[in-house]
Amino acid sequence: MNKILRYWQLAQDMLSGDQNADRVVPPSGYTASLTTFVSFAMAFLTVFALALFLATGRLADRWSTELAGTSTVRISAPDGQMDAQAKTVLGILETTPGIASARLMSEDEQRRLLTPWFGVDLPMDNLPIPSLIEITEEGVGPDVNGLRLRLQAEAPGAILDDHTRWRRPMVKAAQRLRLLGALSIGLIVGSTIAMITLAAQAALSANGQVISVLRLIGARDNYIAKAFVRRFTIRAFLGGLIGSLLAMLFIYFLPAVAEEGAFLTGLGFQGVQWLLPLFIPLVAATIAFVSTRFAANSKLQRTA
Amino acid sequence: MIELKRAGFSYGGGAILADVDLHLTKGSFHFLTGPSGSGKSTLMKLCYQALFPSAGTIKVFGKDVRAMTHDDIAIIRRRIGVVHQDCQFLDHLSLAENVLMPSQVSGRDLNDDLQNMNQLLNWVGLTKQINALPPQLSGGERQRAALARALILSPDVILADEPTGNVDWEMGQKLLSLLIELNKMGKTILIATHDMNLIRVAKPQVAARVLRIQDKRIVSGGADL
Ligand SMILES: Nc1ncnc2c1ncn2[C@@H]1O[C@H](COP(=O)(O)OP(=O)(O)O)[C@@H](O)[C@H]1O
Ligand SMILES: [Mg+2]
Repeated sequence: MNKILRYWQLAQDMLSGDQNADRVVPPSGYTASLTTFVSFAMAFLTVFALALFLATGRLADRWSTELAGTSTVRISAPDGQMDAQAKTVLGILETTPGIASARLMSEDEQRRLLTPWFGVDLPMDNLPIPSLIEITEEGVGPDVNGLRLRLQAEAPGAILDDHTRWRRPMVKAAQRLRLLGALSIGLIVGSTIAMITLAAQAALSANGQVISVLRLIGARDNYIAKAFVRRFTIRAFLGGLIGSLLAMLFIYFLPAVAEEGAFLTGLGFQGVQWLLPLFIPLVAATIAFVSTRFAANSKLQRTA
Repeated sequence: MIELKRAGFSYGGGAILADVDLHLTKGSFHFLTGPSGSGKSTLMKLCYQALFPSAGTIKVFGKDVRAMTHDDIAIIRRRIGVVHQDCQFLDHLSLAENVLMPSQVSGRDLNDDLQNMNQLLNWVGLTKQINALPPQLSGGERQRAALARALILSPDVILADEPTGNVDWEMGQKLLSLLIELNKMGKTILIATHDMNLIRVAKPQVAARVLRIQDKRIVSGGADL
């Protein structure tokens, strides 16, 4: 806690005060614009990586909770036998342990499920659409293999679909994507640190004469470091702010797929999550602050 | 104020200075002379910690330079006004800002020193160039600007390396009398110069000691004047 407080004071000391102080370093040069650009680009990318991270997290959660505890039985049979088989299946399910309830889906419900894939004008009447029975499981669920064998024997057109078969790889894929998002953020942070450190080192080398003049007239290392740190921190913050805002606009105006596409949950932020990208400029500024201070200190330590 | 004892220095090759003894007492006035390349600038740099001795000891304001941190040196340089031989400035700032820079880096209130700055620029004849950038100044103007900058904090010691090297005779006289005046106010002064005429002119005005670097050592040069 004390340490945090000390850093906070240091940061305040570094960034506040003497407006003239950073005038001692010549105004720009490519390192300054490089820093702004790096921060801008990295913030922009971070917003998308963050959106990917959050969206895939939601996706994985949704898939595992919505699909857990449910399964379906699909019945394909000649027209005449459909109802009979459905009745038989419902009878079997009622007596199977691990099943809370089973319900035959209406044609409307089925139509709704199929709409995303086939459009609204699907002529259901002319198509051999299978009947669907929705099962809600309880406890650990039914003995899937036993149930399959019974269904096969008594209602040959019925196929048990317990979702886990395709749910598992999907959830896994979503989790992988989430990991990818996190990894990208890590890589972006790492590259930002590297690039700002390089830019700061370049600026310190390019301003060798400025540093030696300042020293000759009695400037402390801290004063010299401050001039560089202020400049880089401010640039990184501004670049990061513009990058984040622009990326947020992009995401905001991304075509909404969440409603129509039943299974795409939309790359974006929900509710308070919109506040998260606003921290990116602060993180960028912190990275610049620490990297530049580190670069300046080691450079000033080394040179007499 | 500055004391060298058996100080030696080399840039890595052969020794430039060896067994140098020098004591700048408070209020003293010294000329340092010797042929070009004899080590005048090197000795000056040893005095303001731009270089450190490879042998012997140097004490500044009573403190051994080897024990000094970067911060110690910064504080010392506020008490020593230095006029470099190759006067360097912050090229993106005006003459006025450059002259005030020592005041700014030491955290003083610039308003206190504004009047001082105007007076100094008037003294060295640079009032008209007050808003000029250093690269726009001539060699002589740069030297005068460097002197003004060295004096802004009214330091205890003034080290001037060839301060009249690039100015005409008249301006050289003027700068010299400025330095003599400062000495009369109690400042300790060391001027490196190869210009013997300047020393001759100064002699009747001030009790100056003349030091000559010869064969890496300091010999008193009073006799030949
Ligand atoms: N940075 C340096 N590296 C190596 N040798 C140097 C350096 N600066 C000066 N010298 C050498 O040291 C000697 C003394 O130089 P200097 O002190 O500048 O002499 P002066 O000021 O009397 O003309 C010269 O021979 C010069 O070539
Ligand atoms: Mg010289």
